[in-house]
Amino acid sequence: MGTLVHTLASVPSVGTYAAGLATHEGEAHAATGITAYAWLLIALPLLGAAVLLLGGRRTNKFGPLLATLLSWGAFVVGLLVFIAMLGRGAEDRAQEVNLFDWITAGSFKLSAGLLVDQLSVTFVLLITFVGSLIHVYSLGYMDHKDENGHVHSDPDKRRFFAYLNLFVAAMLLLVLANSYLLLYVGWEGVGLASYLLIGFWNWNPAYATAANKAFVANRVGDFGLSIAIIIMFFHFGAVDFTTVLGEAGSNANEGFMTAIGLMLLLGACGKSAQFPLQSWLGDAMAGPTPVSALIHAATMVTAGVYLVVRSAPIFEAAPTAQLVVVIVGAITLLFGAVVGCAKDDIKKALAASTMSQIGYMMLAAGLGPVGYAFAIFHLLMHGFFKAGMFLGAGSVMHGMNDQVDMRRFGGLSGAMKITWATFAIGWLAILGVPPFSGFWSKDKIIEAAFIGEGWRPWVFGGAALIGAGITAFYMSRLFFMTFQGKKRWTDDVHPHESGKLMTVPMIILAIGSAFLGLILGPTGWFTTWLEPVTGAEPEGAHPVIPVPVLLVLTLLLVAGGAALAWMRYWRDDVPVTAPAGNLMTQAARRDLYQDQVNEALLMRPGIHLTRSLVFADSKGVDGAAGGLAALVGGASSRLRKLQNGFARSYALTMLAGVVAILGALWVMS
Amino acid sequence: MTAAVLPALSNLSTLPAAFQASEVNYVAVMPLFIVFVTALIGVLVEAFMPRERRHRVQVSVAVGGLLAAAVSIFWASSNLGLTMGLSDGSTNRSLFALAIDGPALFLQGAILLMGILGVLTMAERFGGVGPDAFTPSGASTPGSPVETAATRAGALTSEVFPLTVFAIFGMMLFPTTNDLIGMFVALEVLSLPLYILTGLARRRRLLSQEASLKYFLLGAFSSAFFLFGTALLYGYAGSVYFGDLSSAISTAPLAMNGLLLPGAFLVFVGLLFKVGAVPFHAWTPDVYQGAPTPVTGFMAACTKAAAFGAILRLAYVGLDTARWEWSNALVIVALLTMVVGSVLSVTQTDMKRLLAYSSIAHAGFILVGVLAFDRTGVGAVLFYIVAYGFSTIAAFAIVSLVRQNGAEATHLSQWAGLGKAHPVAASAFAFLMLAFAGIPLTSGFVSKFAVFSAAVGSGATGTVLAVVGVLCSAITVFVYARVIVLMFFSEAPAEKVEVVTPSAMTTFSIAIGTLTTLALGVVPASLLDLADRASQFVR
Repeated sequence: MGTLVHTLASVPSVGTYAAGLATHEGEAHAATGITAYAWLLIALPLLGAAVLLLGGRRTNKFGPLLATLLSWGAFVVGLLVFIAMLGRGAEDRAQEVNLFDWITAGSFKLSAGLLVDQLSVTFVLLITFVGSLIHVYSLGYMDHKDENGHVHSDPDKRRFFAYLNLFVAAMLLLVLANSYLLLYVGWEGVGLASYLLIGFWNWNPAYATAANKAFVANRVGDFGLSIAIIIMFFHFGAVDFTTVLGEAGSNANEGFMTAIGLMLLLGACGKSAQFPLQSWLGDAMAGPTPVSALIHAATMVTAGVYLVVRSAPIFEAAPTAQLVVVIVGAITLLFGAVVGCAKDDIKKALAASTMSQIGYMMLAAGLGPVGYAFAIFHLLMHGFFKAGMFLGAGSVMHGMNDQVDMRRFGGLSGAMKITWATFAIGWLAILGVPPFSGFWSKDKIIEAAFIGEGWRPWVFGGAALIGAGITAFYMSRLFFMTFQGKKRWTDDVHPHESGKLMTVPMIILAIGSAFLGLILGPTGWFTTWLEPVTGAEPEGAHPVIPVPVLLVLTLLLVAGGAALAWMRYWRDDVPVTAPAGNLMTQAARRDLYQDQVNEALLMRPGIHLTRSLVFADSKGVDGAAGGLAALVGGASSRLRKLQNGFARSYALTMLAGVVAILGALWVMS
Repeated sequence: MTAAVLPALSNLSTLPAAFQASEVNYVAVMPLFIVFVTALIGVLVEAFMPRERRHRVQVSVAVGGLLAAAVSIFWASSNLGLTMGLSDGSTNRSLFALAIDGPALFLQGAILLMGILGVLTMAERFGGVGPDAFTPSGASTPGSPVETAATRAGALTSEVFPLTVFAIFGMMLFPTTNDLIGMFVALEVLSLPLYILTGLARRRRLLSQEASLKYFLLGAFSSAFFLFGTALLYGYAGSVYFGDLSSAISTAPLAMNGLLLPGAFLVFVGLLFKVGAVPFHAWTPDVYQGAPTPVTGFMAACTKAAAFGAILRLAYVGLDTARWEWSNALVIVALLTMVVGSVLSVTQTDMKRLLAYSSIAHAGFILVGVLAFDRTGVGAVLFYIVAYGFSTIAAFAIVSLVRQNGAEATHLSQWAGLGKAHPVAASAFAFLMLAFAGIPLTSGFVSKFAVFSAAVGSGATGTVLAVVGVLCSAITVFVYARVIVLMFFSEAPAEKVEVVTPSAMTTFSIAIGTLTTLALGVVPASLLDLADRASQFVR
């Protein structure tokens, strides 16, 4: 309890939080004006998905366009809500929209409603804006021109747009929900959309497998989230944000808070591809590239960060859980960066980078009030530059017959000028070169990681700093291998710039990557904006290394990483087949053996399950199968033998059951 | 069995020479009355109607009668809280007592509505010329010339409709009876038609008849348990009326407790058998597989609803004061049911058996709600029964449409790649699978949430049950996800599997079942509220 009081006293955010979310009456204000129509945000894309899915082939012609328009419609609503919010004082900005009484079971009442506050509106703008741009991009991406100049649409283009709309609706529900249970609905919804989109080209068995892998890893995480909700219900008797977060901030049992925090973190790890549930993200790149940009870079995978920041009062009441968040973030950011250094598949390299960048956000989110705002700020910036780079990668693939091997790229800067330029801006942004956006967000996280006492700032700050150096290396490697150096193209490719539908979204995202950080960062506007939700940065907290020194150190490391990449991948020739490499490279190329580790946990049992499915008479447990699913499968096969078809055995089972249970009761009493 | 009943009755030595005519409120029993008359009319139709018109008339009579009964529930509900029965007037003992209360009327309504969907799927004839799900001549030996002749003559077993309506009558009576003897009669009234219906499958008749015989033998066995328990409880309390039982428990001398626990548990065994709880579940997969598929769907939904109604009444009215004696037995059964049901569903290769084990696991989840021992628990169980019933009727109706060479394709490998060729049916089925798995936005999620939260609210034991329940749900998610993956991401088998186009009746059942599953997942509040208001038992 002593620690708790200490935490409460030293962290002003708890009080501020309560003030931001829970006003005098103990609730956020009821929504007024346009905010009362915030449900349109979810309804518009959901309508699109419904029309496209139910309308069938009849909507083939106008469906994709309709989906895009509805997505932009959601953006306009989001913008209006944002403007209305700006018009109110900082403390009155959070509003709640009550939709309907959802579940009433005895004394437990839960209404489905939306919480429109600074945090959720930030996400709404990111999701709808980037999402709509990617809708536009997809209009071009799902068409291919053949040699005669005829345009061929993907046969399932309509279904693709339906899923995209479904995703946008689910993601908006996730960030707008006013209770953990409704958040869970959105959480499952984005999982479903992600699953459907990864396996979109499911005629390829490898893609279907990737979709299943993502599904399984996400289930593990979702399981954690559902347990967290159950504990909340058990402990608080409620699952809405106002009650749970309000009480977590005032009088909470640290043990319960730690349990909830760790389970929430498990959920976040599954969705955000954090260690140890990171393995699915690389394979998820099997989905169409716009999907990778929207879901697996800009929005869905950042949901875990949202969850942690939203649950801030819980984590602040549970220092252990908070420490675990930081550790997970630090491990993942290094893990992703190392893996990114060895990948030759452009999308998988970007995926590793996404994982690493989310590691940064997670680390910041675990640092407490010093980090929340920067976690979200970096998330926003990352949403722009990473989505931009993914769209760039898609544009490259479009021009290169859907190849993804960077060893067969090179020298594309001449052939695809716009792609090259927009990608370059994204590259500078992720490196953290001033004044591009990444500089304003990532450097702040590194600074924040160095704040504290004892060993922590040195370990976590060190990890963040080294991560920045490695990031510079692998992102420069990716950029140089793709756009610079000698052409290593296969004979049948004729790279060309993509159409306007694809380049315009890339240009807009590049402009954002270039200037958004400059506008929001140094002015401190963003941190002030989020302050009512995340709490103010504590006064007088200084990094253990002076800020200017830290800044120079970071930039030197970044320059060093980029220079090394320049020497090896621009100046020197890049072999078209990957060299064997040393042990470290081999390990990184194989994702640091994460698959081998997971095999025992996820894959072999999966094979076992499918095998018993296909063959009528399963031999039961395959000798090699291990893990939990195999245990269930094995127990199942054994129990099945009791079901032998003889009525006499069944009767005997009943009798034995009666006798055994009666006997047990006798012993008990 | 009759031999067992008679001594039990003659032991009621304190019965007066003449019963007093009891006051019967006909409005309150109107739903039961209408259904019973409908069944009798069905028998007459079967006897006098010309063969070619019989099928159509039987379906109309059954559906019309059930609908009328469902409507009459609104009037019956004005008598909420009424109890009636044969009484001797002096000692206030009642026999064949009925309780018209919230749970009884709620379940009557649910059974009627689900029964209508069940009858509609049974009436499916695939355009009037093709074969329906039932054998043309149930009494013939499979493969005999008699059967061939009946098939050639285009005979239809339209007896199934009155039989079904009789079963529905028993099911409605089951949760309404307020004493052990009445409950036993209702149990038999609902069971006997089901034994016959199980044996009437058109294809794989031997399997169907075997299932029927097994169901009958094991059902008789479980009835014996029920009667033995009744005898012990009568010995303990001197009455079979639930109200007397309840008050006897608080006044009876401690020395008699040796009769109470075995008596209570054995009566529960008879009821738990009907819901397919472990270790009394062994019949479920065999019977679900052997029975004609529409009958399976009907049984899975309605029998479960009726039997859980009876379990609720016994647990909350008759034996509530002795809860500390027997609740541990039900806790063990609930744990076993959830674990065995979900674990065994993992290795099933036949769709109907898979759904059978799924229904066993669901019975376990519902038992968790029963064990909450408060009104929240009752409301949650009532909601669960309706949610599960509608989903399962639709699921079995879809199973009956998936065919290979005209026969139902129930092996899982035959379902591979179904999503590509028949996206609508496969999507509907996938959605129902999600509901069984308890994914949000389906009724399955809300119902699981309701029972588990009721259990958690009831204390430590309930929390343990809920945690095991959540873990078991996680296991079953694998099972259902596998089916979805199989349908959408696997190669279709070499031999073509088709989804036959059903008539409007089956389409209606599937559509209503699926839409209800969705509606109860998105806006469950009104039904939750109704179930909550209906959760008060009368004593």
